[in-house]
Amino acid sequence: MPTLFDKIWDAHVVTRAEGGPDVLYIDTHFIHEVTSPQAFDGLRRRGIPVFRPAQTVATADHNVPTLDQHLPIKEALSRKQVDTLIRNCADFGLELYGLGHPYQGIVHVIGPELGVTQPGQTIVCGDSHTSTHGAFGTIAFGIGTSEVEQVLATQCVLKEKPKKMRINVEGELRPGVFAKDIILYIIAQISASGGTGYFVEYAGSAIRSLSMEGRMTVCNMSIEMGARGGLIAPDEKTFAYVKGREFAPKGADWDRALAHWHTLYTDEDAVFDREYTFDAADIAPMITYGTNPGMGVRVDQPVPRPEELDNESDRKQLAKSLAYMGLEAGQAMQGQKVDYVFIGSCTNSRIEDLRLVADYVKGKQKAPGVEVWVVPGSRQVREQAMAEGLADVFRAAGFELREAGCSACLGMNEDKVPAGKYCVSTSNRNFEGRQGPGARTFLASPLTAAAAAIHGHIVDVRESV
Amino acid sequence: MTPFTTLTSCAVPLPIEHVDTDQIIPARFLKATTREGFGDNLFRDWRYDSAGQPKAGFVLNDATYAGEILVAGKNFGCGSSREHAAWALVDYGFRVVVSSFFADIFKANALNNGLLPVQVSEALLKELFAAIEADPATPFTVDLEAQTLTLDSSGQQAHFEINPYKKMCLINGYDDIDFLLSQTAAIEAFEAGA
Ligand code: SF4
Repeated sequence: MPTLFDKIWDAHVVTRAEGGPDVLYIDTHFIHEVTSPQAFDGLRRRGIPVFRPAQTVATADHNVPTLDQHLPIKEALSRKQVDTLIRNCADFGLELYGLGHPYQGIVHVIGPELGVTQPGQTIVCGDSHTSTHGAFGTIAFGIGTSEVEQVLATQCVLKEKPKKMRINVEGELRPGVFAKDIILYIIAQISASGGTGYFVEYAGSAIRSLSMEGRMTVCNMSIEMGARGGLIAPDEKTFAYVKGREFAPKGADWDRALAHWHTLYTDEDAVFDREYTFDAADIAPMITYGTNPGMGVRVDQPVPRPEELDNESDRKQLAKSLAYMGLEAGQAMQGQKVDYVFIGSCTNSRIEDLRLVADYVKGKQKAPGVEVWVVPGSRQVREQAMAEGLADVFRAAGFELREAGCSACLGMNEDKVPAGKYCVSTSNRNFEGRQGPGARTFLASPLTAAAAAIHGHIVDVRESV
Repeated sequence: MTPFTTLTSCAVPLPIEHVDTDQIIPARFLKATTREGFGDNLFRDWRYDSAGQPKAGFVLNDATYAGEILVAGKNFGCGSSREHAAWALVDYGFRVVVSSFFADIFKANALNNGLLPVQVSEALLKELFAAIEADPATPFTVDLEAQTLTLDSSGQQAHFEINPYKKMCLINGYDDIDFLLSQTAAIEAFEAGA
């Protein structure tokens, strides 16, 4: 009666030390420029090679400019970090989809896009949103740089098996409600720490109804409730998505893989340490008002008042967040003015997201004074957006389609939201200063973000779908 | 990794919950390619204003508080996987972080850098904050072998949990990578059977 998680985890345990963590074998390792340099230094210090170079894929995403990527990076430290990755990959014989490469992009966008991400795998990356890959029925989680070094050196990490949680979302989603709203709703229900210590399986008819892109959006934000990761049992949609992609198995290998993938589900009688069930009909377009992703409400609800909360520390946290955000307790979120709109990040920068936005903004104009950045998750997404004419739609609406990277999701490159300004963002974190020092972030779905760009304030998209 | 056995020190209180890694070390300071120097930017945007001047009122700028132990509100270290957060705390001079619970990835990163996360109950955490407030110089003793945190003035003692393997690593200053490298034969056998 194992769960899907048990099946994959147990199949990857190399040894299980008494009282110690499991030695977990890693099928696929992604690296990027920010969390890898110190790991390569470690290998050099020890004088050891990368153990399985073919199982690590590198890209440059966090720290890259999203304009004029063909020119040398202006900022010296960013350039050095990207150059260091190039040198490390060359020295250690690793595949790099760096700047200028047709496969470059946000690490969690390119893995699935290239068919590197496949059901049943264990996947790690020095990045907490590695959970995104769980959408394919993989155990995928973020690790620190010391662990990046361990994976480079041995293709393994040492981990205690986490507890298991299942989150069921049953029923049909209402119009104007998207995968992003589902996950923001779940986090608002169970809080930004409600998943700590757990690995989550998402299930239920509403989850199954999602496209692969939507499932990635849900799994992506597992970490925002503190969970180690999240996964969804693979099904025909998953297999269809993977099939034919560059690194997907072909021919007889495909048949063998498929036979295995069909065994990847949670047994009927499996038991979870914790289980939640939500009704899809209760979910509405969501918006965050605070400084952690659990501080979200339905877009038609007001900002909570401290006196409505029952414990002192939550009241303090709320007051601190509202002071940072420059919002009043009890104020409406609808109608709240916005200055910037960011459509991008590994949560919502895939072609489906861009199509949805383009579909909505076609023939419309952004509100005066609002700056809108559309940052595709990968070069391939950008190419496709251009081929499909989405780029023209964006241009006509006054939206700027940039080049691929993490961009304003973490404000490590020059794409920063200025202090005090409001940004509706399709990314995953509204922490203080996340999009730039003093920047104020509202997390939302791509459609809610696009509507805010057109109106210049937050609106309920259900009124226009 | 520097071994950790026992530590007696006064503590720095940070009674804020959900301290995320973007607060511990903002992304724009992650551009270094070495592990050193992150302490200068620890809690950067709480510690300094936009002109780089120390903000009065933030605990690291308050000479009343010092020590190698940071006591923080629940869910410390949530957010990104950046090990830079642990490096910044260690580089600044912290050896122990006490909270009522830690985000998973942060905990692993801390342990991999000789920074001991000590998890205590919500109630005890409150008492610790009160004790520091009453006397900022009050010493605490953390004994890893015994897995105890003691408030020296009253003798009040709490037990904390740590994985036995991780405890052994910390006490001896071993890195996981040493252990994993010793397992290469088993890893190759696993690959052959997979
Ligand atoms: S887009 Fe944002 S969350 Fe995703 S990998 Fe990049 S920085 Fe991390």
